Amino acid sequence: MKSRLRFTLQLSFTLLVCLFMIVPVAMSVMAGLTENYFVGLESGLTLRWVNEVWQLYADTIWLSIKLALACLLITILIGVPAAYGLLRSRRRWANALEELLLLPVAVPGLATALALLLAYGSYREFRGSWLFILVGHVLFTLPFMVRAVLSVMQTAKLPQLEEAAASLGASFRQRFFGVVIPNCMSGILAGALMVVTLSIGEFNITWMLHTPLTKTLPVGLADSYASMRLEIGSAYTLIFLVMVVPLLVAIQWAGRLTEQRR
Amino acid sequence: MSSSVSITLNQCSRTFAGGNTALQPLDLQVNAGETLVLLGPSGCGKTTTLRIISGLESPDKGGQVLFGERDVTALPIEKRDVGMVFQNYALFPNMSVADNIAYGLKIQRLPRAEIAHRLDEVMRMVDLQGFGERRIDALSGGQKQRVALARAIAVRPKVLLFDEPLAALDAKLRDRLRIEIGQLLRELGTTAVYVTHDQDEAMALGDRIAVMQAGRIAQLGTPQEIYHQPANAFVADFIGAVNCLDVISTRADGGLVVHGGGLRASHLQEVSTVYCRPEDIKVVPLDQADVKGKVVQSIFLGQTQRLMVDTGGASPLQIEAPSRQRWPNGTAIGLALHSSVLFHPDKPTTPVNAKEMANG
Repeated sequence: MKSRLRFTLQLSFTLLVCLFMIVPVAMSVMAGLTENYFVGLESGLTLRWVNEVWQLYADTIWLSIKLALACLLITILIGVPAAYGLLRSRRRWANALEELLLLPVAVPGLATALALLLAYGSYREFRGSWLFILVGHVLFTLPFMVRAVLSVMQTAKLPQLEEAAASLGASFRQRFFGVVIPNCMSGILAGALMVVTLSIGEFNITWMLHTPLTKTLPVGLADSYASMRLEIGSAYTLIFLVMVVPLLVAIQWAGRLTEQRR
Repeated sequence: MSSSVSITLNQCSRTFAGGNTALQPLDLQVNAGETLVLLGPSGCGKTTTLRIISGLESPDKGGQVLFGERDVTALPIEKRDVGMVFQNYALFPNMSVADNIAYGLKIQRLPRAEIAHRLDEVMRMVDLQGFGERRIDALSGGQKQRVALARAIAVRPKVLLFDEPLAALDAKLRDRLRIEIGQLLRELGTTAVYVTHDQDEAMALGDRIAVMQAGRIAQLGTPQEIYHQPANAFVADFIGAVNCLDVISTRADGGLVVHGGGLRASHLQEVSTVYCRPEDIKVVPLDQADVKGKVVQSIFLGQTQRLMVDTGGASPLQIEAPSRQRWPNGTAIGLALHSSVLFHPDKPTTPVNAKEMANG
C-alpha cells in the first residue's frame, strides 16, 4: 500500500514537471497553427503562418543548413586528426591543449564573437560573408567533435590495432584510413550529430557576427519575435523544432550505439 | 614458404625517457628457422627485445638489428616483413575474420585469386574453416588468437614474433594452442621469437631459450641445458623448482656436511651451496638415507605430491614423491641425493655415470 502511494506521488510529480516543460512548447506550436491566437482555437487551424514564415525567412533556413553542413565538414577534417593527435601525444601538454580547446564553450559566445570582430572585422569582404559566422560556429562546436571522437578512440585500443596493422605492412596512411577511422566511426557519428544540432541552434555568436544578409534561423527567430505577429514567430519555432528534434533523437540513438560497442 | 632468415642483435640497449634502462647492451643471434623463446619475469626486458626486433621500438644509438645480412635497424615495422601475434589479439573489430586475415595480403595488393587461395590455406592451417564471415566479437578467446595467428602467417613473413600470445587464455586452451603453435612453427620453418613468462611454454616451444633478468640475458641455451645446467641461482629458481642446501663443512674424505646429513659430490668442492631439483631426490628407508628430516607439509598434485621436509636448514627441502603414499606431518623421512643430481652453477655437471649409479 505504502509503495503504491509512493509510486503515485512520484508519477504525478514527474508528470507535473513534464507538463511544466512541455506545455509552453505545445502552446507555442499551437500558436503557430492557429488563425488568430488572441481569439483562440475556435478561430480555426491554418498553415498560413508557416507558409508566411517560409516566404519571409526561407533564406535563413537554407543558410543555417549550409552553415551546419560546412561546420560539420570542417570539424571532421580538423577534429578527427586533432583527437588522434591528443590520443598519441604524451600526457601533460595534451591535457593542456584539450582544456584550451574547451575554452570557446566556457567563454560566453558574445565574448568570442567580439574577439573575432576585433581581430578580423576590418576585412570587409570576410566580415560580410557567411564564412565569418562559420568561423564562430567551428570554434564553438569543434570541442564537441574532438571529445566524442577521443573518448571512442580511447576505448578502442587503437595503438595496439595500429601496431598490428603496421606489422602487416600497412603504411601510416593505410593504417589511419583503414583502421583508425573505421574504428572510431561511432564517435564521429555522435560528434557529427552534436555539431549539426549545436550549429543550427547557435544564437549568441551568430547574433553578434551576422549582417542583414547573413541571418541564420535563430537570428531570424529573434527578429520575428521582435517585429512580427506572435503567430509568425510561433510558426517559425515550429519549423525549427521540425529540423532539430530528429537530430536530437539521432544523438540518443548514436549514443546507445557507442555504448553497445564497448 | 619464404626462406627463413637469421636475426642478429648487436649491442642493442634501450633506455626510456626518464633514464629507465629496460635493456642492457645485448648481443643475440637467432638462427635461421629456429624458434627462440625469451623467458623471464615481467620487467626483465623480454618484450622490449621483441619490440626492437619487430621495429616497433628502436635500440639506443649504437645498437644494430640484422635480418640475415641486411641491416634493418632504421626500418619501421611495416618494412621489416615480420608477422606478429599479440597478447590481446589486436584484431580489427571493424572487419570479419576473413578480412582480418586477408588484411596484410590486401596491403600487398596481391591478385584476388591469390588472396582467396592463401586465405583458404591459412584458415585450414589454424583450423578455422567456415569462420570467414564471422564477426570478431562473436569469437572465443582461443578462436581470436587463431585468427591473429592466421593473419600473421598469411603474409608469409621472414620472421614470426609472438608477444605472450597465450597469456590471456585459460590453462586447458593454453596447452592446446601451445601444441598447435609448436606444430605450426615446425611446419613453416620460419624463424620465430616467442616471448613468455611461462616456463612450460618456453620448454615446449623453444629450440633455444634465453632466460632474461633485469635487462640482461641470464642464460641462453637449449631447454635441457637451461633446466639441467642453470647458469645461476636465478635461472635455476625461475625454471622449475630448486632446492638449495647450505654446506656446513667439508669432511676429510671430501664429503659435504649439510643440515640433516651428508652428501658425496666429488665434482662440487669449495662451494657453500649445492642445488638439486625436487624430482631428483628419492625417498629411501631411514638407514640408507643421505639426509634425514621431518615432513612438515604435503601438497597433493595429482600425478605426484610435493613434500616439504624440514632438515634443520633455513628452508625446508621440496621433494617429489609418489602420490599414493601418505606421509602425515611429522613423519621422519629418509632422502637419497645421488651425486649426479647435485649441481652448482659455477661447476660443470658430471654426466650421469651408469656404473656410479649402480654402485651408489
